[in-house]
Amino acid sequence: MASTDTAPPRRRSRLVHNLKRLGATVLALAATFLGLMLITFVIGRVVPIDPVLAVVGERATTAQYEAAREALGLDRPMWEQFVIYVRDALTGDLGTSIRTRTPVAEDIARYFPATLELATIATIFGVLLGIPAGVLAATRPGTWIDQLVRLIGLMGYSMPVFWLGLMGLLLFYGILGWVGGPGRLDAGFEMMFEFDVPRVTGMILIDTALAGKWDIFRNALSHIILPAGVLGYYSMAYISRMTRSFMMNELSQEYITTARVKGMPEWRVIWVHALKNVMVPLITVIALSYANLLEGSVLTETVFAWPGLGLYITTALFSADMPAVLGGTVVVGIVFVALNMFSDILYRLVDPRAR
Amino acid sequence: MTTLTTWLRDPNPASRLQARLGQGYLGWLRFRRNPLAMIGFLIVSLLLLMAAFAPLVATHDPITQNLTQRLLPPLTAGHLLGTDEFGRDIFSRIVFGARVTLYIVGLVAITAPIFGLLIGTVAGYFGGWVDQVLMRITDIFLAFPKLILALALVAVLGPGIENAVLAIALTSWPPYARVARAETLTVRNADYIAAVRLQGAGAGRIIWGYVMPMCLPSVIIRVTLDMAGVILTAAGLGFLGLGVQPPMAEWGLMISSGRKFLFEQWWVATMPGLAIFIVSLGFNLLGDGLRDVLDPRSAGK
Amino acid sequence: MFAEPTLRRVGLAALSALMLGTAPVALLAETPADTLVIADAIDDIVSIDPHEAFEFSGTDMLNNVYDTLVELDPTKPGELVPGLAESWDVSEDGLTFTFKMKQGISFSSGNPVRAEDAAWSLQRVVKINKTPAFILAQFGFTPENVDQKIRAEGDTVVLELDKPYAPSMVYNCLTAVVGSILDKETVMANEVDGDMGNEWLKANSAGTGAYVLRSYKAQEGYVLEAREDHWRGAPKLKRVFVRHVPEPATQRLQLEKGDIDIARKLNTTDIEGIAGNPDVKVVDDVAGYIYYLALNQKREPLNNPKVMDALRWLVDYDGMAATVFKGQMMVHQHFLPRGYLGSLEETPYELNVEKAKALLAEAGFPDGFTTTISVRNDQQRVEMAQSIQNTFGQAGIKVELKPGAGAEVLGDYRARNHDITLQAWGPDYPDPHTNASTFAYNPNNADEGQLTGILAWRTAYDPGELHDMTEAAVIERDTDKRRAMYEEIQRKHRDTSAFIAMFQQISQTALRSNVEGFYTGGATDQATYWLATK
Repeated sequence: MASTDTAPPRRRSRLVHNLKRLGATVLALAATFLGLMLITFVIGRVVPIDPVLAVVGERATTAQYEAAREALGLDRPMWEQFVIYVRDALTGDLGTSIRTRTPVAEDIARYFPATLELATIATIFGVLLGIPAGVLAATRPGTWIDQLVRLIGLMGYSMPVFWLGLMGLLLFYGILGWVGGPGRLDAGFEMMFEFDVPRVTGMILIDTALAGKWDIFRNALSHIILPAGVLGYYSMAYISRMTRSFMMNELSQEYITTARVKGMPEWRVIWVHALKNVMVPLITVIALSYANLLEGSVLTETVFAWPGLGLYITTALFSADMPAVLGGTVVVGIVFVALNMFSDILYRLVDPRAR
Repeated sequence: MTTLTTWLRDPNPASRLQARLGQGYLGWLRFRRNPLAMIGFLIVSLLLLMAAFAPLVATHDPITQNLTQRLLPPLTAGHLLGTDEFGRDIFSRIVFGARVTLYIVGLVAITAPIFGLLIGTVAGYFGGWVDQVLMRITDIFLAFPKLILALALVAVLGPGIENAVLAIALTSWPPYARVARAETLTVRNADYIAAVRLQGAGAGRIIWGYVMPMCLPSVIIRVTLDMAGVILTAAGLGFLGLGVQPPMAEWGLMISSGRKFLFEQWWVATMPGLAIFIVSLGFNLLGDGLRDVLDPRSAGK
Repeated sequence: MFAEPTLRRVGLAALSALMLGTAPVALLAETPADTLVIADAIDDIVSIDPHEAFEFSGTDMLNNVYDTLVELDPTKPGELVPGLAESWDVSEDGLTFTFKMKQGISFSSGNPVRAEDAAWSLQRVVKINKTPAFILAQFGFTPENVDQKIRAEGDTVVLELDKPYAPSMVYNCLTAVVGSILDKETVMANEVDGDMGNEWLKANSAGTGAYVLRSYKAQEGYVLEAREDHWRGAPKLKRVFVRHVPEPATQRLQLEKGDIDIARKLNTTDIEGIAGNPDVKVVDDVAGYIYYLALNQKREPLNNPKVMDALRWLVDYDGMAATVFKGQMMVHQHFLPRGYLGSLEETPYELNVEKAKALLAEAGFPDGFTTTISVRNDQQRVEMAQSIQNTFGQAGIKVELKPGAGAEVLGDYRARNHDITLQAWGPDYPDPHTNASTFAYNPNNADEGQLTGILAWRTAYDPGELHDMTEAAVIERDTDKRRAMYEEIQRKHRDTSAFIAMFQQISQTALRSNVEGFYTGGATDQATYWLATK
């Protein structure tokens, strides 16, 4: 698989090889998703919570119950329900949520931007703080700075995110009043956003900026800063750790010594040359941490009443709203796998050794 | 004492035992030089002691309610960390909660790696379609949002401590399977395995007796590093009301019930959270230190 | 230092981001002047079709969007006043009820309200047969006969019943949200697959109420907009925004910061916490919810009368009401909530472990027994269950708690699979029959009966003579006699049934001090927004 080989016959065989590999990847992906759906589906059906009761409520008579059950298609054999589900999902129809009575795809389109916005800002925090901290630690291994960065990182791995969120609320919202409370906006602004701002991306910060509604923008910022900070801390812990390890490795390379000997200023050696070379594995790390934030924000969203995908899936799960759970899980799975593949491809493109 | 250390540090060990112990001693010395790791070691030892002697350490019964003594602030006479909404002593509940936490961590630490080892070694040893299928299943589980899968499993199995353990174990085995498979691939064509095979050993015996032991060290390192994660996941389940059930004292559950009083009686939610934090930090520091000692390749990373 | 330039820049960026975020909080610490902002937990809403809605939050909204023929005065709980009908009458034999429609009222679409709309609406309830349909169907209406039994005659609506029910019972049932009158033309124009507009009404409204539904998002909130031409006069506040805020602590902070006008789901701690704040006030009102234990009569020894009696003495009624649920629950040991005809306020039972132990010994269980209590996974109920677990334990009864999602616990209960279950019951319409017909009424106690809508059936309790007394009480036309009958039923029920009624909920509403005229509806009615000012 030497990339320098340019002979035509070999090239064709490489094309064939690549196509085959692409095919295998696609097949593997398809199998993964089918499995993902199947497992979620089975869990949804054996869960002892009855979705029909969520629809008809406490008072329903047996006849009303049966009618609702039939309307939900739950009287058909399980395999048939699954086939119907997969067939519809392929056309983008994820079914209708039992709880909200709206199509799941529509629900997700509304809830996902909230999660995306939160995870993105958290990742920005994580990158802005994590990379410098990791580089600092790597340039002074063993010193107190290194230990401090390590300790801060380990603390991030050790705190329950829901507890950190509660403590943050207590301090910054309850006592100091510096930030907005739970939710994405204050109630008054929520209504202004609902009626006065055209929905473009569903991310409040972007939509209000596009519409020039800076007061809503600032209110949204005051609400997102705490949950994003909490999640960003976890992201920072991970990124700083990985940056340190990559940098340590890089700084022991020959070319760094050469550069130093040539008299290049130390900050240039580190921040320009070494950092440039660790950027590729770092992007993989960032993508991974981003994916983890997207799926791992369940507890944060619960604490901050953040109407995102994590909260959507959890509340759906508690009321046995299986179309919603299935749809949400599949979407999160797709995002997760896609981000992984993206970082994988990036890695292959930039780093010839990985080919 | 001095003779013992000399014996341990003898550069020309006379027996295999002496060599191994010597290695261990050197590792301990290296470990001891790392102050953070020592702190972790101390925290975990304290936790073990606290759990073992919980009835002696605790000042009150963790379950009996006393509605006249509810929501007392910390440092009230007799209640170091205050009381909760049922007038139960928070300190005593944290002390007994240590048992619950250790129980969960212990069970998960045994079940998940064994399951992962089994899948990983079998996949790696046989290769071919067995490998394909098993790894595909592993990928499916990896693509799942972990906490949501655990939530769903608990929803199916019903809340409770054993089911929480099972749910956490079922969501945390895939990484072990991957590690074990990678190790297996490196040893399965080794000469000594071939030799055992020539002697007529079956696949089961080879995997169990010769492949698995080779994978153990790397899996064990991973387990230590994952401990804190297990504690956090268990607490998360408890927080959502799906883990350990009342009146048992479990830290996540305690935070969740204290959430209601967060802005007034802040200590109810704060104290158990601190306990989780300190213990997880202990495990993390310990795991980090252990890795430096046991796995010299990654030292300093 | 080499790191400085970049770090400083990063730090500056982070700092300015923080400043941007923190500065504006103080700016808007009040709600828009013409909007009433309410924080409530509204995730119980299943549907906002008034003929399907049956949950507290949903009916609160619908009460302000739709009107009924007969209504309850929001300011005087329990008093019947004209709604869309200006007068009504009942025939000599008590079987035919006639309602004369008010003139000059229009729907939000502009269509005039006709007797035809009213008759069609009531027929629709029976025909689409959703959960609350029984409130009307119990008078003998079926999808087949309802077109004849309910009909428009000129400007009157005529209802023909199958039995001479107590007239107050009929009027009370018609005040329920399920009796809402809908705009026939608008609804039918939006019919899909013969659903009589059911799907369309899940996102729209077509009523005569003071407000029109502007937007509804499940689990998030809804916005109502005032009708300037409302027949009672234009509401003072142009908009009502009800926001889903599940956390009481959050509601409280938002209220204190002036981010909302009304907080409807505060708990004891929060109420105590805001006591000293001059900007807010708390208004207490009875609510209809009764908290009770149901003992499955198919389980030994829970069907032993002595054991049942012992359990009644093992609940710390006063302790809970004075501490954990201070201000939120009052001890109430009968199935009819205060505010209902025939309700009783006496509380003969209290925590008495010795007495309970003696009763258990008599029953043959001197050392107690083991059982489970299933309870919805909601903090308040789990706390109540924990206290009961504790006091039962004092008499040697070992209780395992089984918390679960609402639908899960309910499913178990409906399948008669529980041992003991802790439940809450809210009345369906403001007449004593609503609770009597479920706690003390069970026409067929066999498993095959499948009367899953009836509480007595669910817990396999055969009320015996109480069943017949309930049937007699609902057709008693003399109100005083009727009251006495319910009192007797309740006393017997309290001492012998498989239910242990413990508390009636008190609704504590916290408001900004400038808010006036907000009525929760108490135990019998729904919330009223249109009289509110601020």
